[in-house]
Amino acid sequence: MKKKRSFLEGFAAVPHSAWCLLFIIAPLLFVVYFAFTDTYGNFTFDNITMLSSYTHIFVLSVCFALIATVICLIIGYPLAFFISQCKPQTQKIVVVLLMLPMWISLLIRTYSLMAILDNGGLLNSLFEMIGIGRVKIIGTSGAVILGMVYDFLPYMVLPIYTSISKLDPRYLEAASDLGCNSAKTMLHVVFPLSVPGIVSGVTMVFVPSISTFYISQKLGGGSFDLIGDTIERQFQNVSTYNIGAAISLVMMILILISVAIMNKFSDDGGEIIV
Amino acid sequence: MKTLSKIYMWVVFALLYAPILVLILFSFNDAGSLNNFSTFSLKWYGELFRDTRALEALKNSLYLAVSSSLLATVIGTLAAFAISRMRSKYLKAALKSATNIPMMNPDIVTGVSMMLLFVAAMSIPFSPLKKLGFATMLIAHTTFNLPYVILSVLPRFQQMDKHLTEAALDLGCTPTMTFFRVELPLVVPGIVSGLMLGFTLSLDDFVISHFVSSPDFQTLPLYVYNQTAHEVKYSMYALCALMVFVILLLLLAVNFAGGKGEKKVERPRKIRRKTGGAA
Repeated sequence: MKKKRSFLEGFAAVPHSAWCLLFIIAPLLFVVYFAFTDTYGNFTFDNITMLSSYTHIFVLSVCFALIATVICLIIGYPLAFFISQCKPQTQKIVVVLLMLPMWISLLIRTYSLMAILDNGGLLNSLFEMIGIGRVKIIGTSGAVILGMVYDFLPYMVLPIYTSISKLDPRYLEAASDLGCNSAKTMLHVVFPLSVPGIVSGVTMVFVPSISTFYISQKLGGGSFDLIGDTIERQFQNVSTYNIGAAISLVMMILILISVAIMNKFSDDGGEIIV
Repeated sequence: MKTLSKIYMWVVFALLYAPILVLILFSFNDAGSLNNFSTFSLKWYGELFRDTRALEALKNSLYLAVSSSLLATVIGTLAAFAISRMRSKYLKAALKSATNIPMMNPDIVTGVSMMLLFVAAMSIPFSPLKKLGFATMLIAHTTFNLPYVILSVLPRFQQMDKHLTEAALDLGCTPTMTFFRVELPLVVPGIVSGLMLGFTLSLDDFVISHFVSSPDFQTLPLYVYNQTAHEVKYSMYALCALMVFVILLLLLAVNFAGGKGEKKVERPRKIRRKTGGAA
C-alpha cells in the first residue's frame, strides 16, 4: 500500500526551500552579477581584469594563512595525540576546555590578545621589567600570524583528536607486535589514519585565516592589507561594490577549489568530522 | 614521555586561556591600565551600565537573538521533518547542500552576498525594504542559524521509531494530528538544543552582522568593534568579560537541555560536511 502524503508533509519543505532560494542562492547570484557589471549595471570584465593589481594582496593573504595553518598543525597535532592518550575521564574534560574558547567570540579573543601584545600591554611591561625594553609587536606580520594561530588553533586540534580517538587501539597493538617501535607506529599507522582529521583541521584554519579582516586590523595595526580587509573596504563605498564583489567571487572560487582538492586526500565521503 | 606530554598540554592550554583571563582580570582593575593592578573595583562595570548606547546594543542583541533563533527553529524543524520524509534522493541532497552553503563559505562572503541582495532590493522602486537594520539582520541571522537547527533536529526525526507514527495513524489520528501529538514531542530535545545554538550563534556573530547592519541598529559585538577601533577602553573589557560569562552559562544550559549521556554540543559553526567535491 502506498502511503498517502499528508498536506503537512508536502508543505513542510516550502518555507525552507523558499528561504534558501531567496537568501542563500540569490545573494550568491548577486555577487556574480556585481562582479561582472560596472556601477551603471552594464556588463563588463573590467572588475576581473582589474584584480591583477591586487595580486600582491592575494599572495600575502595566502602566505599568512598558510604559515598560520602550518604552525597550527605543528602545535595542534601533538596536542591532539597527547589528549587521545589521556584517561577517558581526563579526555572529556580536556575536550571541553578545548571547545570553550571556540564559543567565545573571535572578536573578543582577538581583543584580549591585543591586551597582551599592545605597546603598553602586559608582555611589554614584562619585557621592561627584565630589561629588554619595549618591543613593537602590534603592527608586525608576526602579530597577525600569532593572532590567526591563537584564534583558530582549537579548530585544528579538535578534528585531529576526533580521528585519532576513533582509531582502533588493536592497530597499535598489532603494529608493536609486528615489530614497530613507537616512532614507526606513529609514522606508519597513526599519522596515515588521521589524515581525514588533518584535512578537515587544515580547512577549518585556512578558510577563516584567509578571509579574516579584524585580526589584521586589530593586530596588524593597519599596516597589512589582506583579502578580507580589501573586501571590507570596498563595501564601505557604493562605487566600489563591483570590484569588492569580484574579489569575493575569486576568493570564494579559490577556497572551493582548495577544499575540493583537500577532500580528495581523505576518502571517507559524507562523514562529518566535528 | 608521559610528563613531557602533560607539560606540553598545560603550556598550550595556559597560552590559550591567558589572554581571556587577563582581559577578565583587568576589567576589575581600578587603575585602568595594563601596567599595574591597583585595587579590585567594579568601576568599569558601573561605567558600562551608565553607557546608554551599550545598553541599547544589549537590547538589540537579545531581541535579535531571540527572534532569529525562534524563526530559524520553526522553519528548520519543518524542513527537517520534510527532509526526513522526502522520497527523492536528489531533492534531499539539493536542499541539504543549499542549507550548508553558509557553513562552507567564509563568513565575509556570506555577509557581502547578503548585503548586495539587500542593496539591490532597496534600489527597486516602492520596495518595502528601506534601509539596513533590524529586518536585514533578522534575515541574515536566521539564514546562518538554519543549518544548525536542521543539524540538531534532523537526526531525531531519522532515528524516530516509525511504528509510533503508524500506530497513531491506525488509532485514528490524521497525519497532521500525528505530527503535532506524536512526532513533534519526540524531537523536542533536538528543537531545544537547536534553538539555544541559534541564540548563542546570533549573540556571537560579528562578521556577517558587520555587513548587513546600519549604525541605527547595533548589536553588542558591533558595538565592541566600533568602540575599540582607536583606543583601549576598559569598559569594553568589562563588556567582553560579561559576554564570556553569558556564553559560558548558555553553553551549560545547552548541554543540560541536550539530555544526559548524549554527545556534547560541539561548535558546529565549523562543521563542514565532507563531500567528494565542492558542495
